[in-house]
Amino acid sequence: MIKVQEEDFSLTDEITFLKKRCNNIGALSTFIGIVRDKREDEKLVSMTLEHYPGMTEKMLNKINSEALSRWDLLDTTIIHRYGKLLPGEQIVLVITASKHRKEAIESCHFIIDWLKTKGPFWKYEKTVDKGFWVDAKSQDLDEELKWNN
Amino acid sequence: MKVLYFSWIKDKLGKSHEEIQVSDNIKTINDLITLLKQNNENYKDVFKDTSSIKVSINMETARFEDSINENDEVAFFPPMTGG
Repeated sequence: MIKVQEEDFSLTDEITFLKKRCNNIGALSTFIGIVRDKREDEKLVSMTLEHYPGMTEKMLNKINSEALSRWDLLDTTIIHRYGKLLPGEQIVLVITASKHRKEAIESCHFIIDWLKTKGPFWKYEKTVDKGFWVDAKSQDLDEELKWNN
Repeated sequence: MKVLYFSWIKDKLGKSHEEIQVSDNIKTINDLITLLKQNNENYKDVFKDTSSIKVSINMETARFEDSINENDEVAFFPPMTGG
């Protein structure tokens, strides 16, 4: 299940929904991305996520399909928020469900790595007196590429 | 042709989208960039180093040498920072 939304999400609720959707779950792996409270050494006031409506859903579906083709999964949940978020707020949720732990853990890691570089989102961080578009990190690209092997 | 801009590219150009009238000699993304650069200095600045920007055609990631048609939706943006 994929959702791109402005509103917050509840991990507990999403796990409950996912468990209702499938049988024989032996493992669930979850990842939640959170807005940090600092930009380098400066206090962060807010982070605004811009996205490309339409392409976002398309890319998230592609990433999800890729995970389902690579691992034996029972179901997945990907929720990515957009709009203005405050420090401590949740940005993204990934849940993967499988019969055994290896598939759930690896696929969850894969999905968040690909979301970093393939999800059409752009982050704008505001400190007390300045605003910055966040640059993509070369480290994130390396993390994406490691899944090509 | 509908052209969209995101992130600092949108800020630099002062617009998030525009309709561009393209003639038959605009066959690729590179041709479109050449056309856009004729608008003003801000466009020249945005497209001076295309290694720092990405492009999509109809919401699919694309390359600068890819072909485009009048009804396509083209978007320019910096590398994505999701997650």
